[in-house]
Amino acid sequence: MDDLQVQGRIFDIQRYSIHDGTGIRTICFLKGCVLRCRWCCNPESQEYGIQEMTVGGRKKIIGRDVTVEQVLEIVEKDRPYYNRSGGGLTLSGGESLCQPEFARALLKSAGEAGIRTAMESMGCAEWSVIEGILPFLDHYLMDIKHMNSEKHREYTGRGNGLMLENAKKIADSGMTRLSIRVPVIPGFNHTPQEILEIAAFADSLPGVEDIYLLPYHRLGQDKYEGLGRVYALPHILPPEPEYMETLKQAVENGTSLRCQIGG
Amino acid sequence: MAKYETREIPRTERIPRLVAHLFAKMPEIESARARLITESYRATEDKPIIMRRALAFEHILDNIPIIIREEELIVGSTTIAPRGCQTYPEFSYEWLEAEFDTVERRKADPFYISEQTKKELLEAHTYWKGKTTSELALSLMAEETKKAIDHNMFTPGNYFYNGVGHVTVQYDKVLAAGIEGIIAQAAEELASCQPQDADYCTKSQFLKAVIISCRAVIRYAGRYARLAEQEAASCTDPVRKQELLQIAENCRRVPARGAESFYEACQSFWFVQQLLQIESSGHSISPGRFDQYMYPFYKKDLEEGRLSREFAQELLDCIWVKLNDLNKCRDAASAEGFAGYSLFQNLIVGGQDKDGVDVTNDLSFMCITASAHVFLPQPSLSIRVWNKSPHALLMKAAELTRTGIGLPAYYNDEVIIPSLLSRGLSLEDARDYNIIGCVEPQKAGKTEGWHDAAFYNMCRPLELVFSDGWDRGEKIGPSTGRVEDMTTFEEFYEAYRRQQEYNISLLVNADNAIDTAHAARCPLPFLSCMVEDCIKRGKSVQEGGAVYNFTGPQGFGVANMADSLYAVKTLVFDQKKVTMAEYKRALAMNYGRGFDAVSAGEIVTRILREMEAGGMTVEESQIPGMITAVMNAQPSPEEKKRYDELLELIDQVPKFGNDIEEVDLFARDVAYTYTRPLLQYRNPRGGQFQAGLYPVSANVPLGAQTGATPDGRLAHTPVADGVSPSAGKDVNGPTAAANSVAKLDHGIASNGTLFNQKFHPTALSGEKGLENFVALIRSYFDQKGSHMQFNVVDRQTLLDAQEHPGKYAHLVVRVAGYSALFTTLSKSLQDDIIRRTEQGWGSV
Repeated sequence: MDDLQVQGRIFDIQRYSIHDGTGIRTICFLKGCVLRCRWCCNPESQEYGIQEMTVGGRKKIIGRDVTVEQVLEIVEKDRPYYNRSGGGLTLSGGESLCQPEFARALLKSAGEAGIRTAMESMGCAEWSVIEGILPFLDHYLMDIKHMNSEKHREYTGRGNGLMLENAKKIADSGMTRLSIRVPVIPGFNHTPQEILEIAAFADSLPGVEDIYLLPYHRLGQDKYEGLGRVYALPHILPPEPEYMETLKQAVENGTSLRCQIGG
Repeated sequence: MAKYETREIPRTERIPRLVAHLFAKMPEIESARARLITESYRATEDKPIIMRRALAFEHILDNIPIIIREEELIVGSTTIAPRGCQTYPEFSYEWLEAEFDTVERRKADPFYISEQTKKELLEAHTYWKGKTTSELALSLMAEETKKAIDHNMFTPGNYFYNGVGHVTVQYDKVLAAGIEGIIAQAAEELASCQPQDADYCTKSQFLKAVIISCRAVIRYAGRYARLAEQEAASCTDPVRKQELLQIAENCRRVPARGAESFYEACQSFWFVQQLLQIESSGHSISPGRFDQYMYPFYKKDLEEGRLSREFAQELLDCIWVKLNDLNKCRDAASAEGFAGYSLFQNLIVGGQDKDGVDVTNDLSFMCITASAHVFLPQPSLSIRVWNKSPHALLMKAAELTRTGIGLPAYYNDEVIIPSLLSRGLSLEDARDYNIIGCVEPQKAGKTEGWHDAAFYNMCRPLELVFSDGWDRGEKIGPSTGRVEDMTTFEEFYEAYRRQQEYNISLLVNADNAIDTAHAARCPLPFLSCMVEDCIKRGKSVQEGGAVYNFTGPQGFGVANMADSLYAVKTLVFDQKKVTMAEYKRALAMNYGRGFDAVSAGEIVTRILREMEAGGMTVEESQIPGMITAVMNAQPSPEEKKRYDELLELIDQVPKFGNDIEEVDLFARDVAYTYTRPLLQYRNPRGGQFQAGLYPVSANVPLGAQTGATPDGRLAHTPVADGVSPSAGKDVNGPTAAANSVAKLDHGIASNGTLFNQKFHPTALSGEKGLENFVALIRSYFDQKGSHMQFNVVDRQTLLDAQEHPGKYAHLVVRVAGYSALFTTLSKSLQDDIIRRTEQGWGSV
């Protein structure tokens, strides 16, 4: 099948994204996720099915089926900005690997058009799926949320074994630049020790040079209501900037990684 | 060695004190100039006008009170009060008398005026009745032109009431040869004039006028030298004493002679900049490529060890403060259109030289630093960007943008140079361009560009399409047919084009009448001696002495018209969801959203005219009741429902600013309905008309004169600024908006285009934020956009500043082609700035 005609399900495309990957980027959000993180700021990304969400008092349909060609038409519009800033296309989700064919075709076609690619992903899929994508990916932005598998399961619905294993394999493959991103969630993984454990693991991966600490924010809270769901973490507060700074110091003192706060 | 030094130099303690002194109280109107010019004019009635102008200039400079402000290093003040202004009755004065009692309390740009000043001005004004440029201009205009102005089709108010300004003179010539050099040049030309020459009478008078004006300038500097010496003699602080003696020495030498040091060059520049604004009341007298003509003096002093970079920076900072000391009082309506006490003194850094080589230097960086140090709206700092602009310069500029000051504005050499070539400039001159005022490109020292010639509201002709040329009960435009009878969109669009063309032709008439009046009544010998080829030709710039002559009236409302015409095309002709009759009624009824007093007044005027035409009379006492009745009129619920549906339908029609090819190309064509017809017209100076697409801040007051438009805009709300999308209609993020705007033809609008974007501060945070921001500008310019400017401030701050102006006395924002103190703007303009779409990311 022609890659351009491969269909997938997305829930948004954001242009001028400057906080996810290098330069000015266009992010394509794929619908559907394997995890159910309690803090998830994009709850409308979790279900693969098309949903209705109330946004600003109006019903909005979340999710649409598009071809690779349709996505690239939008991505193409900002090529001058990618050229000047080193940006490009970023796949996000959901978990992009839930739609492996679409993700692969999209990344491959973008690369063939001369557009740099990045993917935000937990790496939660069979290795064969990831292996099929790596040749077309310039930058893997991999989420690692916790080193303790039980705690991971409690807060996200799944253990972390497969993901950590895949992280190693991706790093070992040497096929793409790999960066580790950690959402810092108060009450889940916010202690210096927990963060350092993740950082130490990241540091052990060949080729990994940077780690991003993404402070928890509550911008997704209204969406839960819009979907008729209950927000599981109504009481936690975003970490203070000073606190994030101490975590960053801890990571940089304890590992050889560059650490950045935010995307 | 690096081509330039970028190291940041700290601000000295003197600078904030100079600023505080300047802003200690409300600016004040002074009467000295008005008194002196009137005295002189009374004594010179038998002389030719150019000579009268020179003698008046001389009389003013010999007698106007002078002052050296505390701690100044660069001297020359037009008023005793800080930020005060003189008045210019030779252009117009009646508005000022009418506003004597309100000018202190008005919302936009208030000025204090004492009772004594009022008395003195009233006395002076008795002379001027019938003698001003505005009165002559009015008598030169065609009747239909005056009618169009009365009906707010366009407003040529700027030059109608004031001097023209809008020029960059040959500062470099004064710095190199001094005013004495110019006197010598004029004297030489005068010596070659033979009494039998056809132009002897006018040319010899002009050259004598130049010489008188120049000598007056030298004497004026001499007055400052003496004052500095006097103050030094009584000064007990040894440091200040030495400073005053240095000031005296500088003023003895410059601008009479060529500058021999950087300090002298700074003082010489300042006298020219200040005195141009005493000669006439024009604004946008723009320093231009300051980093270029000042650089040789800086470099030489630095190399010879006579100057530290620290002191050079302090001198620049002092000039920046002085640029905010000059001020101008406009009539209340114009003050709304140019809000923020702005003089639009555009100073530009970076870019290429006449040979196409990048000439960014130390001073380019230091000028940016000066704006950060002084943190005031003047000068209107600009930066030239081209493919070979150093990245470091753009990053430095972006850092200043990030402060939220709205400076600098960014200009694209790659569009402007070819655009100027197409208007007949040589390649060397085009490459050496600078910006006048807001966004208007020209070649310094060779151009009389009349850049800000009128505000032309592109929305008004569409109103005439719906009314078949009628407005407030009067026929003011051509008959283009009943819209209800139109069967194709082409027919409708053609009607718009015809209304446009007719009004543009009247606009040309208005500008040419004013142009002629300035030549007849206010030629400017001092300004002209620093513009080629006035001395050689023996005539002032007002009479066509400049090498390049243009008239550039600016249109605005492109986005509203694009969205409006596209909505009519889509809903009436393509989808047939709305009839033209319905649309027409919805506009007349302001979409059922009620009428304000202005609309009600217009409706009643129309009814009265119709009744009058039908032979009926109405008692004056009945009129207020009629207006109230109109204001209280409510549409029926069914009608209201239909209007709501219509607004909903309009909302769904794609809008300009979202990177939708079809809509954007449509907008491009709509812009041509203004930019193309203008090109065929000529001005009295032998030059061509050329369009600009920018609003200064007039999109707010002139929007208030515009009824509802088919894009869903309600009556009397602001229209879109510049070439920017309508506020809040661009929802796909900054790249999409920029792509849309870039699809307009910026090259044909050779008088400049203006694109505003507003960013939340987080978008520019960190080194990476700056890098991405620079990339955004570069990418817009890659696509042949011409100009970009930014407000970087969060909405909350602006709302808070509205609420507590006292806390935000120094909050500077970008208005249109310039920055201004936010709290000095009128409420409606503040609201307009708050409403502009704040760019984060965009969802598609």
